[in-house]
Amino acid sequence: MDTIFGYPGGAIMPVYDALYDFDKNVTHILTRHEQGAIHGAQGYARVTGKPGVCFATSGPGATNLMTGIADAMIDSTPLVCITGQVASPLLGTDAFQESDVVGMSIPVTKWNYQVTSAEEIPEAIAQAFYVANSGRPGPVLIDLTKDAQFGELEFEYKKCTKVRSYVPELKVDPHSVKAAADLIDTAKKPLILFGQGIIIGRAEDELKEFIEKTGIPAAWTLLGLSALPTDHPLNVGMLGMHGNYGPNLLTNEADLIIAVGMRFDDRVTGKVSEYAKKAKIIHIEIDPAEVDKIIKTDVSIVGDAKKALQMLIYNVKQNSHEEWVNEFHKCMAIEKEKVIDKDLYPTKPGLTMGEVIRIASEKTKDEAVLVTDVGQHQMIAQRYFKFKRSRSNVTSGGLGTMGFGLPASMGAQLGAPNRTVIAVIGDGGFQMTIQELGTIAQNKLPVKIILLNNNFLGMVRQWQQLFFEKRYSFTELQNPDFIMIGKGFGVDGHKVEQRDDLESSIEKMLAHDGPYLLEVAIEKEDNVFPMVPTGASVSDVMLEP
Amino acid sequence: MRKEFIITVYSENHIGLLTRITIVFTRRKINIDSLTVSESAIQGVYKFTIVIHETEAQTKKVVGQLDKQVDVLKAFFHTNEEMIYQEIALYKVPIEPIYESDAIEKIVRKAGARILEITKDYVVIEKTGHKEDTQALFEELNQFKVMQFIRSGRVAITRDPIERLSEFLKERDAYLTSLD
Repeated sequence: MDTIFGYPGGAIMPVYDALYDFDKNVTHILTRHEQGAIHGAQGYARVTGKPGVCFATSGPGATNLMTGIADAMIDSTPLVCITGQVASPLLGTDAFQESDVVGMSIPVTKWNYQVTSAEEIPEAIAQAFYVANSGRPGPVLIDLTKDAQFGELEFEYKKCTKVRSYVPELKVDPHSVKAAADLIDTAKKPLILFGQGIIIGRAEDELKEFIEKTGIPAAWTLLGLSALPTDHPLNVGMLGMHGNYGPNLLTNEADLIIAVGMRFDDRVTGKVSEYAKKAKIIHIEIDPAEVDKIIKTDVSIVGDAKKALQMLIYNVKQNSHEEWVNEFHKCMAIEKEKVIDKDLYPTKPGLTMGEVIRIASEKTKDEAVLVTDVGQHQMIAQRYFKFKRSRSNVTSGGLGTMGFGLPASMGAQLGAPNRTVIAVIGDGGFQMTIQELGTIAQNKLPVKIILLNNNFLGMVRQWQQLFFEKRYSFTELQNPDFIMIGKGFGVDGHKVEQRDDLESSIEKMLAHDGPYLLEVAIEKEDNVFPMVPTGASVSDVMLEP
Repeated sequence: MRKEFIITVYSENHIGLLTRITIVFTRRKINIDSLTVSESAIQGVYKFTIVIHETEAQTKKVVGQLDKQVDVLKAFFHTNEEMIYQEIALYKVPIEPIYESDAIEKIVRKAGARILEITKDYVVIEKTGHKEDTQALFEELNQFKVMQFIRSGRVAITRDPIERLSEFLKERDAYLTSLD
């Protein structure tokens, strides 16, 4: 643990007082809001694989963490959140800045615990770190009463390596592996769907080897992005509501689905009763509660993805599926003509989000860390940014938290100090956590912020256009002068309004020493396609309205 | 098809765990028909017995989500047929009808119930059994105007000869040690 994101306050002052003497050992980032702290910790955790740590005071400090904790819970991000609490004699008395943080965070934490005496601290913290980052990771919250913080003890820290009531992972059953291998060897149209489990389980090499040995096309989920290079010949693109045409359409043609480290989110499956009806399902998953939760499996392999894939690689035959892979290429050609070319190489005057992302990816040689907020810009960035290295994509997937992007990019930059971090954010989400520009400036974090501004809450507007008869109810924004705001915080920037200014401005941004805000004025009413409408089957994926 | 399932959860004795367990049900809008918590045969290990009316598929998902809670040792579910279970009911009935006839005495004898306390105003009757039995007794006694009635949550044990918890804990420990 080397970095803490936090915000002090009355009930956590003893901890901060102790921190004063440890400024050489640990970097504490003072954010401008506790939501900034927790998203910062999330960004840090996602690029490093280590638990993100954040501090907040009791009451409002702690409640301000909740959105981020819920986000981390649904996206399996390891976090240790330490909150101050009123002194234990005051618990339950409606004391100043008292809130029942333990009770409140139960539904959104993997584990939480209230410490009321100093003696409990070492063990509770040790267990918090162990639980947060073992098995399927998740957020843990430790609530420290003020008297526990003031208490003294003989300090002895013992690392936690097991908790008797908690099984982080089950041993992979070789019989299941054999049964899966038999299905894989005989399938004619197999399709691999992989998610963040590959990244969390550090199974990128095994995934690649498995794909290459079996010749099976593989599609990634939103959070699976960057687990395999974008340009790998068997990478057929993204699943989901705004994923690629082929993987959505052909899910319903496949005769075998091999799902690894993913949880069949509703944005991936579309209408469940019409999902992959021709396919047998193999599900490789560390969390037993995910098996058969949404999609009934034929063979489940419960356990660590890396170990399961190693065993599968050994058991499956070398194979290829050229004709089947070719069907994905055909779909890609259709998608390219109908959607991608127009997004990436537009001929109309208005700037598109797609061309901005394409150039940003090219200019960073596809090696940057991409952090996004939530909405249209997110989907476009996830579709068109390219990846060469794992742990290069930080986004709010399951919870879809607007305001995530800017603070998460600070954490990503701190976690990957030698990499270029590009934060792609829309004008709506930017204004939810815009004050973190102050944190970025104070800590000289060289985040490159691309603000895609269409003066709309674009994704909601798109739905209003497509499904609510263009009744644009409260989606248009009157925006401030973002560049002036950036400069006010000490972040240099520039606004692009014309295509001929775009490429050189992106180059200038990347060459800039320090943080930079590049605002791009985007065509107001562009839509994101393909799209699987809510409630429709994946094979009803639309390429245009 | 929805039917009655008995869910058993073995857990550590931690504050807040009751909420953590019940919200797994409330999230899915499943009503808990009965809930009983007490210490198991092993000191420090607590046992929740929860009765719900649900489909087997839904019950299985709920139990999976209970089992993965960090402080839960093990969760499983059974049908009523697979377990031996009881509930206890207490009935407070006015004393006058007892002076007037032997009707209540006959009802108590027939139901295999027993009398816990008699005062000058009322008599307290206790009956253990399944819900249908305790409910049937209530209906019968209610002709004399039951003053108070209370039924406990369900307690249940499996038909296995012994509670395998201690063996389970040993196996679990060996497995977790092997993971290190």
